[in-house]
Amino acid sequence: MTGTTSASHDMPNDNPIKETMNIVIVGHVDHGKSTLLGRLYADTGTLPVGKIEKIQAICQQQGKEFEYAFLFDAFLEEQQQGITIDTARTFFSWGNRQYIIIDAPGHKEFLKNMVSGAARAEAALLLIDALEGVKDQSKRHGLLLSMLGVKQVTVVVNKMDLVGYREDVFRGIEKEYTEFLAQLNVIPQYVIPASAKQGINITTNATETPWYTGPTVLDSLSHFSLDAADTEQPLRLPLQDVYKFDARRILVGRITAGQLKVGDRLVFAPSNKSAVIQTIEAFNVDPAPMQARAGESVGITLDEQIFVERGQIAAHEHQGPFVSTSFRANVFWLGQRPLERNRTYSLRLATREVPCEVSTIHRIVNANDLDDRQTSTSVQRNEVADLTFRTKAPLAFDTYTTSEDTGRFVLVDEYDVSGGGIITEMIRDEQEGLRTEARERDSAWVKGEIGPEERAQHYGHRAAVVLFTGPDTTAKAFLARKLESVLVAEGRHAYLLDAENLRRGLDADIGETNATEAVRRYGEVAKLLTDTGLLVLSTTNPFSLPGGTIAQAIQTLINPTPVITIYMSKEQESLLPDATLTFVGPEDFDARTRQIIETLKQIGILAESVGAQPDFQFSI
Amino acid sequence: MKHLRQLENQSIFILREAYKNFDNLGMLWSMGKDSTVLLWLARKAFFGHVPFPLLHVDTSYKIPAMIEYRDRLAREWRLNLVVGQNKEALANGMNHTRGRVECCTALKTEGLKLLLEEKGYTGIILGVRSDEDSTRAKERYFSPRDKNNEWDFRDQPPELWDQYKISFPPGTHIRIHPLLDWTEINIWEYIKLENIPFLDSLYLDQGTGQRYRSLGCEPCTFPMKSTAKNVDDVIIELKNSKVAERAGRAQDEGRGMEQLRKEGYM
Ligand SMILES: Nc1nc2c(ncn2[C@@H]2O[C@H](COP(=O)(O)OP(=O)(O)OP(=O)(O)O)[C@@H](O)[C@H]2O)c(=O)[nH]1
Ligand SMILES: [Mg+2]
Repeated sequence: MTGTTSASHDMPNDNPIKETMNIVIVGHVDHGKSTLLGRLYADTGTLPVGKIEKIQAICQQQGKEFEYAFLFDAFLEEQQQGITIDTARTFFSWGNRQYIIIDAPGHKEFLKNMVSGAARAEAALLLIDALEGVKDQSKRHGLLLSMLGVKQVTVVVNKMDLVGYREDVFRGIEKEYTEFLAQLNVIPQYVIPASAKQGINITTNATETPWYTGPTVLDSLSHFSLDAADTEQPLRLPLQDVYKFDARRILVGRITAGQLKVGDRLVFAPSNKSAVIQTIEAFNVDPAPMQARAGESVGITLDEQIFVERGQIAAHEHQGPFVSTSFRANVFWLGQRPLERNRTYSLRLATREVPCEVSTIHRIVNANDLDDRQTSTSVQRNEVADLTFRTKAPLAFDTYTTSEDTGRFVLVDEYDVSGGGIITEMIRDEQEGLRTEARERDSAWVKGEIGPEERAQHYGHRAAVVLFTGPDTTAKAFLARKLESVLVAEGRHAYLLDAENLRRGLDADIGETNATEAVRRYGEVAKLLTDTGLLVLSTTNPFSLPGGTIAQAIQTLINPTPVITIYMSKEQESLLPDATLTFVGPEDFDARTRQIIETLKQIGILAESVGAQPDFQFSI
Repeated sequence: MKHLRQLENQSIFILREAYKNFDNLGMLWSMGKDSTVLLWLARKAFFGHVPFPLLHVDTSYKIPAMIEYRDRLAREWRLNLVVGQNKEALANGMNHTRGRVECCTALKTEGLKLLLEEKGYTGIILGVRSDEDSTRAKERYFSPRDKNNEWDFRDQPPELWDQYKISFPPGTHIRIHPLLDWTEINIWEYIKLENIPFLDSLYLDQGTGQRYRSLGCEPCTFPMKSTAKNVDDVIIELKNSKVAERAGRAQDEGRGMEQLRKEGYM
């Protein structure tokens, strides 16, 4: 459907539909978005009967001229105020495509609605009023489109009737806006002069603009191309859930990039667990599929019953995502309260959810002038900012340019999704070296016949490190020894590994000063012992490092086996925020021992009794 | 066909998100073509199982064939069927002659509300589609409802990429709409593609020259003139038709639907 004359709207729509495409219409308030959409439907004869008459009646009643916008601005409030409040999804079949055209509001009060509409779109029509020219939201919407991943944009300079269809006015706006988009690395496919109200260049080329030889708005839709699904990229399958409705243990999720097939070895990030795809499961599909690709919601079974859970990202070996607790991102903020440092937000990336904080606000991006970047201590509603984040737990992710769906995230403030962001850079955290060591060691690990689940079943508990930490003279070692005795007396397999015991042997070559290396070696020993299924108990006394740092390092090395931290303190101050259990002041050590044992049961490490099967809430 | 698989994949993703994130989840099933496709998609998402109850708000005025069909599929597919009814309103003689919107409010909106209160559901899956009417065009996939079940369309949560509204204050609930992006034609194309058992005795012309396009209560739902005798005929008919789908649904007239949906109608 190219060319300048288009009689194509007389074509019956009986072409077989081959694909669907989502298009969003954006632009400054009142620039004519809803009118254009109404016109597109009316002039292609794709409205149900009686619809135009219904709108006519409403307009007459309100003493207004006919408003095409009312076709989609359906709510009373919207019609009374002549404004779109929330996005409308509309359906339009043309050629071989079924379009969902999303009409977004232009008023800045409703930016969150515009963003919701645009986030679903593969392409956008951006409208600019010829008389008013480029306005605030024309630019802000352009900026948001680029952040939301909408790369194809056609600009419509609307209301050309109000400027007498003058070419110089059109060229001026075309130049100004194209230059703005160029800064965002966006090149518009077309810039079309039009009048939605008069039906000029919407579905037919008009004599009013003899100087324009490009496509009509209708034709321009078919020039948007559909992203070929990202099947060539490295595989990303964020796990959504694990089902056990019958004998099958099925891992489900939607492939966001790449493809997989039966027999592929998968590695899950950030746990480094690995297994081979045994089957691809599907209901009412015969024969069962042997492969699947980006976009598909799949279910797979594995050759080994490894423990994996929602939030992990499956990838092929050596092609996994980054893992870190820090990254840099461009964020747009939609929350009622400003986005601030030192407050905890929940970050959701693909199917993973982790607490996070903003560690640095680098800049606020000025949508009107992309070069002018101000510094600030908070991000206000509707602002775009360049930030560094810190997550409470290691997160698997990509940068936005390498893998879109695993390179973007939303921020949740209390109950509400309040912002979105795209990751521009991975930032190495302190754990990076240890994480790489663990990953490489795990991928080369030679396994025996007995897996951790079988050991856990046999022993009545899963492996873990229980780490006693806190200031001196709080009787950490005493409690650790007590716990060991009680556990062993109960028939559990517990072992007190004091770091002191490594000093003259394994650590003999490094002396007293290399604390980091001492922790690393301790962590590797703990890895071996937990791999045998043991509960390893220790205090942080012998290490000259803060308790939190030691716990984190050991956790990285024994991942995904859990580190349980018991923090002991004399007073309420300076507690360890992430400790599993905290004890303040002197108290009954028998009671504390029991409390630790209860906690170990609650979090699924100890089975209720020896011989019973522990329940697996944590990763093994 | 590819476009149907796109829609299917998206809906399955949404169903699985709902199942993972809501402890007390139910799915409305009206036995119509949409909610039956939704039920089928649930069986696909959960590999032949339907791991939550199917809720039917029975107004007592449904066409009898619908109830037979409901009970047959519930048996064959081993569904956990929960039927709710506003008994008090019925005992007081509520029916459409007291006003269509009033009747819908009492028997459907209120009936649903009673069921939700009784069972304490926090997530309800519904088969509404955006192309049904212009208020549904403005729905979110995950749409919060307040303590009175009301929909505040002026202040809907942002919905970014595949991240939905899954946390909410106590007392409120979320409506989940996996079929928003499907058109009426897509529904029929999919029924054909997957060979889904539907209420053919009502949806197809049985030789009388008419069929139902949308199913509801007997007094307020009217058949249309049609000679469509199989799904292919229906699809061709719809492609050439310019009559709105819910033209046969009396409660949609004027601003009826806008009012109903703000108050919590499905
Ligand atoms: N003269 C003239 N008026 C137009 C044209 N297009 C739209 N309008 C008028 O501009 C006003 C705003 O149009 P809408 O379509 O509601 O604008 P919108 O961009 O959808 O507005 P929001 O959704 O609220 O941001 C209406 O009164 C339209 O009739 C045009 O091409 N020429
Ligand atoms: Mg509008």
